[in-house]
Amino acid sequence: MNTLKKITKNQLFIPLAALLILAMFNLIMDPGFFKITLGQNNMGNYVLSGYLITILDSGSELAILAIGMTLVTAASGGQDISVGAVIAIGGSAMLRVLCGNDPKPAQLHAPIIVAFLVSCIVCMLFGAFNGTLVAYFKIQPMVATLIMYTAGRSIAAWINNNTLPVISPTASPSFAYFGGFIPGIPIPTPVFIAIICMIIIALVLKFTNLGLYTQSVGINESSSKLNGLNPQAIKLLSFVILGLCVAVAALIKVSRIQTINYSVIAKDIEMDAILAVALGGNALSGGKFNMPASIIGAYVIQFLTTTLYKFKVQSDALPAYKAVVVILLVVLSAPVVREYLSGLKKKIKAGGKEVA
Amino acid sequence: MKNKLKNMTDTNLLLTITIIVFFLMYIGAIVFQGKGFLKPQTFFNILNANAALIITSVGMSIVMITGGIDISVGGVVALVSMSCAVYLDYHDGNVFTSILIALGIGILFGLVQGYLVAYLDIQPFIVSLAGMFFARGMTTIVNSAPFNVANEKFIALKETRIVVPGMGSVNKKGVYVNAYVEIGVIVALLVVLIFFFVLRWTKLGRNFYAVGGNKQSALMLGINVKRTKFISHMICSTLAGIGGYVYFLHVGSGSASHASGMEMNAIASSIIGGTMLTGGVGNIIGTFFGVLSLSTIQNIVSSAGFDQAWWTGITIAAMLCIFLVIQSVVMARKNK
Repeated sequence: MNTLKKITKNQLFIPLAALLILAMFNLIMDPGFFKITLGQNNMGNYVLSGYLITILDSGSELAILAIGMTLVTAASGGQDISVGAVIAIGGSAMLRVLCGNDPKPAQLHAPIIVAFLVSCIVCMLFGAFNGTLVAYFKIQPMVATLIMYTAGRSIAAWINNNTLPVISPTASPSFAYFGGFIPGIPIPTPVFIAIICMIIIALVLKFTNLGLYTQSVGINESSSKLNGLNPQAIKLLSFVILGLCVAVAALIKVSRIQTINYSVIAKDIEMDAILAVALGGNALSGGKFNMPASIIGAYVIQFLTTTLYKFKVQSDALPAYKAVVVILLVVLSAPVVREYLSGLKKKIKAGGKEVA
Repeated sequence: MKNKLKNMTDTNLLLTITIIVFFLMYIGAIVFQGKGFLKPQTFFNILNANAALIITSVGMSIVMITGGIDISVGGVVALVSMSCAVYLDYHDGNVFTSILIALGIGILFGLVQGYLVAYLDIQPFIVSLAGMFFARGMTTIVNSAPFNVANEKFIALKETRIVVPGMGSVNKKGVYVNAYVEIGVIVALLVVLIFFFVLRWTKLGRNFYAVGGNKQSALMLGINVKRTKFISHMICSTLAGIGGYVYFLHVGSGSASHASGMEMNAIASSIIGGTMLTGGVGNIIGTFFGVLSLSTIQNIVSSAGFDQAWWTGITIAAMLCIFLVIQSVVMARKNK
């Protein structure tokens, strides 16, 4: 009983339980869901395919964003709703550097790494803009990022003069690697990128005080100030880190299709990223956070999306089902409901004893 | 002057800023854009096009004053217009019942979201996020293809114009044309007046401010915080239902992409109108002017020849940014 309580109290319990329920559901409906096959893709490479691989592959961006979103949530007690729009900006900046003024370049104008660095700087600048509004002007994060949410896609279109640059495989075969497969490796590259990001953040959290500082700023801003921390700088830093995560996600997103569609790219991804944080059991009002829980939360959401797609749910109708699942999850994890349930359990136990 | 500034309540101070900015902007539009803006009809057209936004923004302001947020309003508007469109066209329904459907959808969303937020203590952002997802998804499930409504009685209602006396103008052919507004505008103005009154002079209205300002002390004062929160979400969603019908009346069609981004416009209008997301500060008249400012700047941008869609997004964002910074600076100075 005690161990059971320990398990259910653990923050990882909710996302893992959700993952397990989804997996069971799929196992009962169609065991073929878990089949992974090694086949040849149209480029002639041997690659793994299957629903599980799809989840790992397309959940990468979400997992990377969840890292940054968790930090922002913990430090500022609010969420950044502009990540989707800033992905559009970052992707657009990257393509602008790679293609110059030519929408269909015969060869790249700059090495990919330079373009990626430019995109990183751009995204971090936008992150810093959001962070400045939040930290120094004391505007609620949701409202401050609303600005970029409304303007972001417009800015992205403006960077490339509203043209849609395409990087053909002949111009650069390697650009497609980041969102696809590297020849000879059967696992999709985004998975590796996501793992690298996770390792980096794990090392950072282990060897620096970033985690401690963000949590203390989130829990009590004035007392952490009295303890010699600079809450404003830490809030700003969390937004800049999110900017970096956004740039990595933008690289994967753009590389997947080798072009960009300003109004569609990464649409609603901010909502999914926030849900991932909430699903991980992190308080959306800031304070303590659990990074692995958020990352698992991200994959749970991708699992759900893929499951729904498998059952031929129209992509526009997808949100309705997602909403029902989300409501169920948050209701079950709400403190009020939990208290009520544990009270009920006690009552049943007491009743059982009386009968005995 | 400084004392006066200090004596003003936060709400009134922000309201004054909003109204001044709106008039400056409109005068600027008249000066730089020529006589188009001088015609009363231009102003009425802004009202016609934004009646639904005014109604939803009023609801949004009330939730924001109470310290919450509701981002499901755009989804509810889309769901209402699609449901009513399907009912009127495919099931040959009558107009009165379709209004009831609109109200019913709004009230249903309000009940569920209000209960979850107030009594189960779940964050309003997450609840209404799920509400938005649900409403948008349901819209597609109800009917995925956009279509125009052909129901005659509905068309008759849609085409009803209310002439504003004495505001007409002479058009290019020299014929006098009456200025008009649509029915939705009357509804919107009524909503603004009613809730201005409610917020200012009723117990319920003052409770909204008290709960938004400080939950703890509101509780100490004996205010039923949970019920107040519940009612605020109830009002917001019901107004979203009404706004949905007004929107439907204006466009006369059902589509899953209707009112996309309306929640953000409603939040933006409320903020420009001086409502603060932290709660406790806000004014319905300010919200009304917030919507007008937002749509005036959109009109200015599009009539200045910056037709590309991205300019609208950038200008709204810039305006939001300026207002937020002004608010935060003014408040910081005042609280010193």
